[in-house]
Amino acid sequence: MAHFTKATSVKDWLNQRLAIEKVEKVMASEYWIPKNINFLWAMGMILAITFALLLVSGIFLLMYYQPHVDFAFDSVNYTIMREVDFGWLWRHVHGVAASVVFLVIYIHMFTGIYYGSYKKGREMIWISGMLLFVTFSAEAFSGYMLPWGQMSYWAGMVITNIFSLGDLHLDGLVEWIRGDYVPAQAFLTRFFMLHVLLLPLAIMGLIGLHFAALRIPHVNNQDGEEIDFEAESKKYLDGDKAGSKVMRFGNDFLSKDMMVVGVFLIFFFYLVFYNYSFALDPVNFDPADMLKTPAHIYPEWYFLWSYEILRPFSVNIGLIAFGFAQVIFVLLPWLDRSPNVAPANRRGAFSIWFWLLLIDMIVLTAMGKLPPEGIFSTIGLVAALGFIILWVALPFITMNEKKV
Amino acid sequence: MHNSSRRGFMGKAFGAVAGVGAVGSLVAMKKSWDPLPSVKAAGFTTLDMTIYPEGELITEKWRGKPIFVLKKTAEMIASQTESQKARSVTVGGSEFMIAIGLCTHLGCIPSYNPAEKSFLCACHGGMFNWAGEVTKVPPPRAFDIPPFKIEGNNMILGEVGPEYKAMKDSGITL
Repeated sequence: MAHFTKATSVKDWLNQRLAIEKVEKVMASEYWIPKNINFLWAMGMILAITFALLLVSGIFLLMYYQPHVDFAFDSVNYTIMREVDFGWLWRHVHGVAASVVFLVIYIHMFTGIYYGSYKKGREMIWISGMLLFVTFSAEAFSGYMLPWGQMSYWAGMVITNIFSLGDLHLDGLVEWIRGDYVPAQAFLTRFFMLHVLLLPLAIMGLIGLHFAALRIPHVNNQDGEEIDFEAESKKYLDGDKAGSKVMRFGNDFLSKDMMVVGVFLIFFFYLVFYNYSFALDPVNFDPADMLKTPAHIYPEWYFLWSYEILRPFSVNIGLIAFGFAQVIFVLLPWLDRSPNVAPANRRGAFSIWFWLLLIDMIVLTAMGKLPPEGIFSTIGLVAALGFIILWVALPFITMNEKKV
Repeated sequence: MHNSSRRGFMGKAFGAVAGVGAVGSLVAMKKSWDPLPSVKAAGFTTLDMTIYPEGELITEKWRGKPIFVLKKTAEMIASQTESQKARSVTVGGSEFMIAIGLCTHLGCIPSYNPAEKSFLCACHGGMFNWAGEVTKVPPPRAFDIPPFKIEGNNMILGEVGPEYKAMKDSGITL
């Protein structure tokens, strides 16, 4: 056993037993952040805060929610919304956060792409981030099932049917996932389990991995500059705070992060109190009816782009294109062949590629919401093909990139 | 050296035991997600085929899925093509179009338009004619036909009779 002395303070008592000073150094005071990063780098902190909001509001919803096909709809729309004091608040916080978290994830992702933060040495940050994106998608989908409205039911029907994989006709697999011939009690209860236990656990584990992946390569910066963190942090600790290119995470950099989080929270609670309905589809206020499909079914806005890649093709090609769209982002560190770690605006053709991709995904999102008729189908098809072409072209565009 | 090989053996032996346990638990996990016996037992529906009016689409329910039943009119029977005839089910002297009322694309319920005698799936714009065949993609194939068995004037959905087996073997339905 280690040697213990009489404690001089509570902190000292804890320090002898938990090494809290060491933890504080690793987590905050000697966790080094480059100085030249802008507000876009605060998206990670915003995501952490939003996840906490989802967790807390979810715990309160969980206390009254009933995972039963006969009671789920009323437990949400009557009990929580009308009977439980402040139940509406938890539901609106949960619903709005579920939607907004994707907006911030997309900003976080595109910031990473723009500044080349996925490049050599930082691949694990990118991969763990993409795994988080996939897990968040599953979390959002499983949560969408729980109020057991019309959109819940039919989204469950359509998404699980995707697992029959077109002409492979894996109907047994689909029935196995559902535990029934159609989405029913077994389906609701297992998606409830996934939503409140298994997927949140996976998300927390992945957040840990995502943070750990930052420790060795460190955060990228606005100029893609390679910083010698050891030398710079030594300069800082020796007192040359102005001359050092890095600063402490806590409490120095954290103040800037919290400033951005503060602005975000004002926007967030504005949505919660005054514009919550954007995250609640009216169709989902009809109870699930297995004998009637709503006229238009569409996913939440954050899935529209990949939904639109599935839609314009025949079933097999559509599924292949959809699968392509799901995994291609993960491969970005290897598809970008240029060694330059620099913002897109200094990288020539890559800059055009970046903006085309972003515009293409916005077009796909818009078309995914519109009914698949006439000119919208055509634009959707062109945008879907454009998405695939852009990714296939990426290695060729970046191969000949000039050194900057 | 002697010791380390002993440790190695113990490691491998432990690995083998744990491996058997892991595979066993995977089997249990797979099986717990299978449809429950009560769900499977409720998977049969008997329809009395004498009650249907001619030329009108009636939706029945089987295994939670809609089942389209359309008693064909003399006009429909006269205009049938060979492939449409092959999809026809005869019970008690009347011909029926029987189908699982889910679009074969991704499983929405197409709505029936009696004037046009056609089905439109609002989800992705697929269309079917009154006989259940695709007239507009994306659906990859005609409506699926549920497994059925004919007993007198009754039709039992969920059981496989000789008529259904013949349809399956000839590739008319999945």
